[in-house]
This record gives sequence, structure tokens and C-alpha cells, in this order.
Amino acid sequence: MHSIILRTATVFLKYLLLVFSVYLLLGGHNEPGGGFVGGLVAASAFILFAIAYNVEEARKRLRIEPAVLIGIGLLTALFSGLIPVILNKSFLTGVWFHGHSEIFGDIHIGSPLFFDVGVYLVVLGVTVKIIFSLLEEV
Amino acid sequence: MVLAVFSLFLFSFFTPFLCRVFQKKSGWLFSLLPLSLTLYFLSQTSLILQGQTLTHTFEWVPLLNFSFSFHLDGLSYLFAMLICGIGTVIVFYSGSYLEGDRYLGRFFCSLFVFMGSMLGVVLSNNVLVLFVFWELTSLSSYFLIGYNHEKKESRYAALQALLVTGLGGLALLVAVLMAGSAVGSFEITVWVERWQTLISSPYISAIVILVLLAAFTKSAQFPFHFWLPNAMQAPTPVSAYLHSSTMVKAGIYLVARLNPVFSETPLWFTTIEIAGLTTMIVGAVLSFTQNQYKLVLAYMTVTALGMILFLLGMGTAYSVAAALVFILVHALYKAALFLIAGAVDHETGEKDLRKLSGLRSKMPLTAIIALVCGLSMAGVPPLFGFIGKELFLESTLKTQLFYPLNIWVVSFTSLFIVCAACFTGLKPFFGKLAVTPKKPHEAPLALYLGPLIFAVLSVGFGLYPKVLDSFVTASVHTLVRSSSDHVHLALWHGFNQAFFISMTVLAVGVAFYLLRDVSLKLFKPLAIFKSLGPEKAYQIFLKILNSVAKTQTLILQNGFLRYYVFFIILTAVFLCGWVVFLHQETLQMTFNFSDIKFHEFLLVLLIIAATLASTVLRSRISAIISLGVVGYGVSVIFVIFGAPDLAMTQIVIETLIVVLFILVFYHLKPFQNLSSKGSKLRDALLALSAGALMTFLVLAAQDVQYAESISPYFEQNSWLLAHGRNVVNVILVDFRALDTLGEITVLAIAGLGIFILLKLKLGKK
Repeated sequence: MHSIILRTATVFLKYLLLVFSVYLLLGGHNEPGGGFVGGLVAASAFILFAIAYNVEEARKRLRIEPAVLIGIGLLTALFSGLIPVILNKSFLTGVWFHGHSEIFGDIHIGSPLFFDVGVYLVVLGVTVKIIFSLLEEV
Repeated sequence: MVLAVFSLFLFSFFTPFLCRVFQKKSGWLFSLLPLSLTLYFLSQTSLILQGQTLTHTFEWVPLLNFSFSFHLDGLSYLFAMLICGIGTVIVFYSGSYLEGDRYLGRFFCSLFVFMGSMLGVVLSNNVLVLFVFWELTSLSSYFLIGYNHEKKESRYAALQALLVTGLGGLALLVAVLMAGSAVGSFEITVWVERWQTLISSPYISAIVILVLLAAFTKSAQFPFHFWLPNAMQAPTPVSAYLHSSTMVKAGIYLVARLNPVFSETPLWFTTIEIAGLTTMIVGAVLSFTQNQYKLVLAYMTVTALGMILFLLGMGTAYSVAAALVFILVHALYKAALFLIAGAVDHETGEKDLRKLSGLRSKMPLTAIIALVCGLSMAGVPPLFGFIGKELFLESTLKTQLFYPLNIWVVSFTSLFIVCAACFTGLKPFFGKLAVTPKKPHEAPLALYLGPLIFAVLSVGFGLYPKVLDSFVTASVHTLVRSSSDHVHLALWHGFNQAFFISMTVLAVGVAFYLLRDVSLKLFKPLAIFKSLGPEKAYQIFLKILNSVAKTQTLILQNGFLRYYVFFIILTAVFLCGWVVFLHQETLQMTFNFSDIKFHEFLLVLLIIAATLASTVLRSRISAIISLGVVGYGVSVIFVIFGAPDLAMTQIVIETLIVVLFILVFYHLKPFQNLSSKGSKLRDALLALSAGALMTFLVLAAQDVQYAESISPYFEQNSWLLAHGRNVVNVILVDFRALDTLGEITVLAIAGLGIFILLKLKLGKK
């Protein structure tokens, strides 16, 4: 689509959407959000780009083939479930690390976060894969 | 022991890579694994001879009482030795037989999977685990039979074997579940202990029939025997291994293993006796009419399987001992003869027995081995086959069931066996040298070493049968309840009835063979059965199955999305509506509009209006936009009722759906109104009833509380256990993470599926 307004806006919107999606992903455990909606928002960033410019450009920006993203996402979710297995707990039990640092204050990192990252990647991959394939046919 | 089974599975993963590295040497190298397993089982011999069992249990799903429990007793020991011992030979034989083949790595992969699953079948004590391995043998056998997948016959035979044995597998599962719930345990040892509980179960007849169905299909008993000769499409080492010495004996193993449980049921032993007798004579006669080397042997295998089953069915200590000995006898000579058939085919390029003769001068060693194995098969003293046959005849003479019919059937069968032994063991190697497609020469070491070992064992066990005495006694103990008599194996039993029959059969059999051309004419009329036999029934059944599947697909899944949706909603409305109708008095709707606020009312009105608009609008874009209004309206409702997560997701999804729709519409023809008035009315009715039902269910659900709500638990523990304040997210990634994992997997597969559909369509252009 040749629309200068859309293209210019997209340059900014893309980053805004991506940052927002990561915010949703990371904050999702305590505030509204999460991997699913985060993945959708990230996908919409790339889809917006693909509509404003073209799919080829959007693919370049994504860098990784969507199908690979799906695979990485599934594996991430699976392995986050395997972390507790190594610690002799049952599959997918949440395992947490609590720490403190000068810069960030209290830190809580748990295996559910990695699980959510997996969900994020799968949703991003699937959505982008479908819509890119459809766009390429147009 | 657990390691023994799983090492084979683990190894199978690496065979394709290792095969590429070691090329020609891979056959010899790979055979080291089954060889070491053979030695491992050999080291357990003293334990077995003392009548002890070795058990290993490895918890799998402790909550369901489901564990990998393995045990090694006499019967398992015999089979494990056959599987690993013959397996060793098969592996290096295949390395040479299939040298330079493109898919050798793949072949070894399936072969090792098969070996592992077969070992699993004979070692598992838990019937559910046994079932899993049982199915795995069918599956790996499918790949092995269909190894030459470019040939149509191979694919047909592979599918046939899979379907027939798969039918048995299903029967086994049902039987195992029924019997398991009757006894309250899935451990075979417990079944043997509580056999009285099991056979007094009201479903005992069904259980027996299903177990036997599983055993008969796997062990190619009449009328399921037809898949076995067809399976000869497989490479020869596979035929030798799966279809003569191991897999087809899985059914035999099952019968032997469960004999102490069911042996008091008349249905059990009469069915086995009838099937055994029928199978042995049918196999023998059919084998006589064949000319292909492997096919003669294949039908002989059918016969032998019938004989073993017949022996097991008698259920006395003596006959079970005879069965065990015969399993070993048969495995030794039949595997050897199959491998020789492969070697002869490999060196001469000729499969037809009529065109093979006089190879003795060119392949002297192979000829001697074949002679020994052939004589063992015919039951000539002092070979092991003679002992097997003596035991077989004596057990038959001792039984009362079907007397004297059984003696006649058994004698005639033996006659044909002698005939086939001459035909396969002697004919190709003696007489005048015939011209063959390839110039014959002695087979390489890998091709004759295995048969040589088997032949030596046949001679050795024949001359010193005493070495097996204590083993047979110890094993029979676990297989027959109340067995007190010891069985002594000996070459010489004296001038008794069995010896007399044996010698007569031998003489008449040889005469019969010499007059083969004349006697074949006697069997000409049997050709009719070929077109009416069980295989025809199999084909007709498949045809019917396919046409039913085709018809129902044409009706229910004809490629028009509107019918899919129509049938799905119709089914849902019908089933739910039926239940609601049955329980109408317990369900109540309470209408309470008092706390509805004005803006909520407006919102609902907007959603309804937009929904109506989407059905009547004539432009696709406007219809989509009005659907979008519905979606956004719903997300506003989520916001009002405090579900920000849902609202957010809904908004993004709605946006993406609009994009999707527009992209899809690009491919459609301009909007046309093709639906007739009638179909519109029908759709409207269905839509309205679905909506009404849903509304009713939602309203009714407000009042019904079956169990305590789980929401308070999540709210309380979300922060304490899972360190998250967003309960929705905590449920998704922690409390119900397994569900989410399943969902993203489905999502991934659906995504790839859509991609493939799109690419397929592009391919057509």
C-alpha cells in the first residue's frame, strides 16, 4: 500500500507496539497482560509493517522465519516445564529465583516467565505465519 | 533388563547416522548390541534353571498404578534368547544382504525398534505395557514389510499386515482392560494368582475371545493366516526374523503366558485346539501348492504356528514342554532356511524352486547347512527336529479332545512338512545344475555364518537334548498349574506308537514328494478357495469400509464451510437440547433485570443490532465491520465487568480478524446471493435455536452449583504459591500450564496446517 502517512506512522508505531508487547509479557504476571496478548500485539506490529510496506520487508525485520519461531516457542515452553523436573519436582511446577540487586531492587524470576515467553513466541509465529502467507498471495 | 529393552530403542535413533559413518561395516558393528544382550540373558541362565524369576519395576505413573514392570522367567528367557540371538545373526546378515542400499540406515532403525518392542512384549509383566510394545511390533513390522515402498505389492502387504494385526491389537486392549478391571490389577503375576476371580467374571467369554483374536491375528492362525505369506514382500532377513522366528510367535507367547489363567475355561482350550488343527492342515496344503522358495516356507510357518498353538491348548505339562521345545526347534531350522533362501536368491537371482537344482557343486557349504536344516524340519533322527516331532506326536496321542481326528490331521500335516523339507532343503542343491539368471557362487561369510550356527545348534541339541531338560522343567512349572511330572528329553524313546507314526510319515512324505507333479493335480480344485478365501473377505471388507468413509465424508465434510458449521451446531443443539429436555425440572431460569445500568443496556442493544446487520448486509466489507462492532462491544462488556485481560485480547483479536477477512475476501468472487429462501430459513432457525439454548444454559447455570467453586482457591493462592497478582495469567502459566502447553501445541499445528493448505492451493495454479 502506498500511503506516506501510514508508512511514516508505521515506523514509530512498530516500535511502540513491540515495546508494549514486551511490557505486556513481562508485567503480565501481576498486571493485565501476558504472553498470549503480548504475542498478538507483537504480531500486529509486523503485520502493520507488512501492510504499509510489503511482506518481504516485514520478513526482513522479523529476521527469523515464523515457522522457526513457533518451534522455538514450543521448545521454550517445554523446557521451562522441564526445569522443575531436574529439581525433582513434577513437570511444569513453578520454580522461582528471588534475588536483590542495587539497580533493579528485588528480583523475582520464575520458570512460568519462560513458559510465558514460549506462549508469546508461538502466538507471534502462528499469527505472522498465517497472515504473511495470505498477504503473499494477494 | 529395563536397560536391555530401552538400549535397543535408544540405539535405533542413531542407526541412520552410524550407518553413514561405518558404511559396509555397519552390519557387523551393529550386531554387537544384540550379541551383548544375548550374553546378558545367557548369564541369567542359572537363575532360570533354579526356577526363579528376575523382576524389575520402574514407576511410570504411580498415581494410576501404572509401572514398567519386567520379569524374566523360563518362557521369557526362551523368547529373549531367540530375539537377541537370532537378532544378532539377522543384523549382520542384513548388512551384507542389503549392502549399499539407499535406505539401509532406515532399515536398521526399524529393525532395532522392532527388536526392542519384541523384547518388551516378552519381558513385561504389566499387560498395559505389554500392549504398548505389542502395538509397536505391528508398527515396526509395517515399516519393515513395506521397506521396498516403491513396489505396490509391498505397500499392500504392509498395510494388510498392519490392519490385521492392528485389529488384534485393539481386541487385546479391550480384553486387557476388561480383565484388568475384573481382577483389579494389570500385573500378569497377579492374574495368575487370582485366576479364579478372573474366570468367574461375567465377561469371561468376551475376554477369552478377544485375547484369542489378538493371538490368532498376530500368529497368523486361520482365518487370519493370509497376511503372513503376503508379508514375504519384505527383505528376506525380515521374513526370517519377524515372520518365522519372532513376531508371529508373539501370539503364541501370549497364549502360553495366559494359559495358567484361562486354562480352566472350556472356551479357551477348545477354540485353541480347533484353530491349531485347522491352521496346521490349511498351511500344510497351501504350502504344497507353492513354488516360490519363500512362500513354501511362509506357509510352513503358518503350519508350525498352528502346531505350537495346538500343543499349548492341550495344557498338560507334557504338551507345554513339547510346545517350548518345538518353538526352539522351529526357530532354528526355519530362520536358517529363510536365510538360505535369501542367500540362494542373492547368489543366483532365482526364486522359483522348480528352476533351482544342483547348486551343491557351486555352494557346497550352503548346501550342507540346508541339508541339515531340511532334515531337522522333516524330523529325521538324530537331529533336534526329530525330538520336537516325537514330543509333538506323543502329546497328541495322549490327549482325549478330538480323538482320533487329531491324529489324522497331525499325521497328514507331518506328511506335508516332510514334503516341504525335501522341496526347500534338498531340491535346490542336488541333481543336475540348473541355469540361473546369475552365475552362482558360494555366499559371503555374513550370509552363511548365521544358518551355520543354527544348523550346528540343531545337531547339538539333537545329540545332547539333556542340556535342555532342567530348563524345560523349570519353565513348564510356571506355565502349567499343578504340574508334578518331569519331562525328560531324549533322542531315543523306544519303539512306541509315536516312533512308528513318525517313520511312516517320513517314508510316505518322501514318496509324496517324488510324485509331487502327479499329486499336485489332486489339489487343483483347491484353487477355487483362493477366490473365496479369507483374503477375499478382507478385500471386500476394506472396499465397504472405504465406500462408507467416502459417502459420509461427502455428506458431512464436503468442502463447504457452511455445511461444517451447520452440522457442528446442529449436533451441539441436538445433544445439549436433549439433555436439557430430560432434566428440565431441575433447571430453572431466574430473571432479574433490576441491576442493569442504562449504558449496559445500550451496549447490548448495539451488539444485537450489529449482529442482525451482519446477516442482512449485501456488502462483505460492511458485514465484516458490523461483526467487528459485535466483537468490540463484547470487549467493552469485559471492561465493564472487570476482565481487562480478556478485553485486551479480544480487541487485538478483532483487529487481526478484520485484516484476515479482508485478505481472504481478496480471493473470493464478487458477492452473490446464491442461498435459496428455504436454506436461509433453515439457517436462521438453527441459529436462533442455538442462541436460545445458549442463553438458557447461561441463565440456568447461574443457579446450579454442582461443586464448590475453585475461584477462591486461585484468588488466595495466586500470590502465595505462584508469586503473581494477575490471577488469569497465573492460571494460564502456572496452575493450568499443562492445558496451555497443549493449547499452544494445537495452535502451532493449526498454523502450520493453514500454511500448508495455502501452499497446496498455490501449487494447483
